[in-house]
Amino acid sequence: MVGMVVLIAYLTEINDNEKRIIGVFNESNYFSNDFNTTESTSYVQFKNITLQAAKDSTAKVGYYGLLHIPDETELEKVARHSYFYTKEAPSTTVVDKLEEIFQDRLRERRLLDLGVSTKEYALMDKKYEINTETYEGQQNLKGINEIKAIIGGGFGYLIMMFIIIYGGFVMRSVIEEKTSRIIEVIISSVKPFQLMMGKIIGTSLAGVTQFAIWIVSATLLLFITFSIFNIDPAAMSGSTDIASGIAGSMAPPVPSPNETMQAYAQELYKIPWFMLICFFVIYFILGYLIYSSIYAAIGAAVDNETDTQQFIFPIILPLMLAIYVGFFSVFSNPHGPIAVGFSLFPLTSPIVMLMRLPGGIGEGGVPLWEVVTSILLLIITFIGIVWLAAKIYRVGILMYGKKPSYRELFKWIKY
Amino acid sequence: MNNILVTKEVTKQFGKHTVLNKVSLEIPKNSIYGLLGPNGAGKTTLIRIINQITYPDMGEVYFDGELLKPHHIAMIGYLPEERGLYKNMKVGEQVLYLAQLKGLSKSEAKERLQYWFKKLEIGDWWNKKVQELSKGMAQKIQFIVTILHEPKLLIFDEPFSGFDPINANIIKDEILNLKENGTSIIFSTHRMESVEELCEYIALIHQSEKILDGKLSEIKKAYKNNIFKVGLEVKNAEGLLMELSNKFNLTSSKFNPLDNQLDFTVKLPTNDSGAMLAFLANRANVNEFVETIPSANEIFIQTVQSKDANE
Repeated sequence: MVGMVVLIAYLTEINDNEKRIIGVFNESNYFSNDFNTTESTSYVQFKNITLQAAKDSTAKVGYYGLLHIPDETELEKVARHSYFYTKEAPSTTVVDKLEEIFQDRLRERRLLDLGVSTKEYALMDKKYEINTETYEGQQNLKGINEIKAIIGGGFGYLIMMFIIIYGGFVMRSVIEEKTSRIIEVIISSVKPFQLMMGKIIGTSLAGVTQFAIWIVSATLLLFITFSIFNIDPAAMSGSTDIASGIAGSMAPPVPSPNETMQAYAQELYKIPWFMLICFFVIYFILGYLIYSSIYAAIGAAVDNETDTQQFIFPIILPLMLAIYVGFFSVFSNPHGPIAVGFSLFPLTSPIVMLMRLPGGIGEGGVPLWEVVTSILLLIITFIGIVWLAAKIYRVGILMYGKKPSYRELFKWIKY
Repeated sequence: MNNILVTKEVTKQFGKHTVLNKVSLEIPKNSIYGLLGPNGAGKTTLIRIINQITYPDMGEVYFDGELLKPHHIAMIGYLPEERGLYKNMKVGEQVLYLAQLKGLSKSEAKERLQYWFKKLEIGDWWNKKVQELSKGMAQKIQFIVTILHEPKLLIFDEPFSGFDPINANIIKDEILNLKENGTSIIFSTHRMESVEELCEYIALIHQSEKILDGKLSEIKKAYKNNIFKVGLEVKNAEGLLMELSNKFNLTSSKFNPLDNQLDFTVKLPTNDSGAMLAFLANRANVNEFVETIPSANEIFIQTVQSKDANE
């Protein structure tokens, strides 16, 4: 895991560093100053050769591709007949960049035809951002809801990952006990319910320990990586970038970029981190217990892992819904009906509620009754699910042979 | 209280299917009790009820005079028919863990394990992984796990499966030893020769019901059908045979003229063989006179078949 973080950082670094060389064979009178070498791409001009020779030589020296701009009188025609030759299908980033250059020239040309000068166009093109403020006169920060949702989403995502990884772990260990036939020896010593709960709790503690190790060592390694690659962590944080970007284009009576950044920092600081972590633990424990008891019941119901697919899908579905639907609905409106519904429904609430919680509880945040209701619902569901799972587990661990249907599982509950 | 375990009209149903129907057993202390029955008769369910893995729908189970309660689990050792171990765990670690589940302290478990590992000559397996062991080796470990906490009642379900004859004998001797030391043993098997060898009492379960139980010797007595096997040395075999078949109910006979040996089996009306012996005494030299006692196997087959025929 920690290695992964380093690897990703390293690979991203390499990926960014790759420099593409593109040959430009320009026979026209246009674009003479447009292909300027940038950090990631450099252009090499070809002159006075045939197209075939240009192609051959770019291929031979291993350039990324060859851009051929034919000799035509009109820009439109030139653009239409230009070709970009590569060995394989070119990357979209490269094509986008080339298209952008053409696009710009073409737009300029069209504007010129309409009698608009480049300067006038640049003036017209300026973006507009509306100023927002609360009734109390506090400046509203753009994108702060999104940032909060991302932070909450991070927590929610962590819960989902944990459930899938360690729930699967619980399930596999139940299957292992079943297939190795040790199960009957064990349950002649301890109650099946004890065994199931012990397994779930033990696995979760092992998982929490592992997560703690990951987080600590990942943080450490990130710092080390930053210092090795000379990356300034401050420059990495997207929020400040967005902030300064927005601020820069805003009209004069707006605070300077620095002030805006400070406002963002303040807003992030205002996120009730302690409360958030407390609720993370609560929702995590309840959510994990519910899901892993279902996983344990599935493990008990089948004989081998291949048979689990049919039963796993209905578990993954609410998790996925929670992550994606929850994320997008919370992103657009943390208090919309879908966001509220998903944050109350017990199978999705651990994830979705955490996405909403960075906004705080009470005024302006999640109403207290929603938090209380969702936790109560989770506890009730937990008791119900564990009761059901224990019944299936108790019967299932001693059943060998065919894969049970849902109807048979239902019958087991009644035994 | 002379019974270690008593079941009273234990009934268990799975859905509509009755697995055990009013099964009442009395298992005496310090004995080996054979629990017999064809496949699917309900033996395993009964054993699981005794181990509190499942619970009866009706009826009660008493352990040593008390109603069966969770704390009795530590006094019972169970070797299931479907048995296994964690494949990736080391033998020693695993046995310690399983012993601790039964309530032994770690140091106590270790001490007893060393004794048993030495006794069964498997001391060098301690650090081996279970998957490196052969089936018979794993069975030995499981046997130790079952008996390590010195339970009052031991339940063995097919204990000899997977053992070669030599190791089966070692295990059999250990079972007899345990009995000598006061342990009560329930023994479930299909191997009738080991029933003959080991069991003092038996119960026969067939189609969810107990159809026979009691002391094996008494059952055998009850199942005797007064058939005697006789060997004679006689000169005039033909004449004697004529006389015999007129007077008694001969079932088979064979004469060997080389040494004048006549063998026959006879079914007498009562168990009193005096008349027969008196009759033979004047006529021939009796060198064999044995009452044929039915084997457990014959009793098993006979009872099950007659039960099936009555339905």
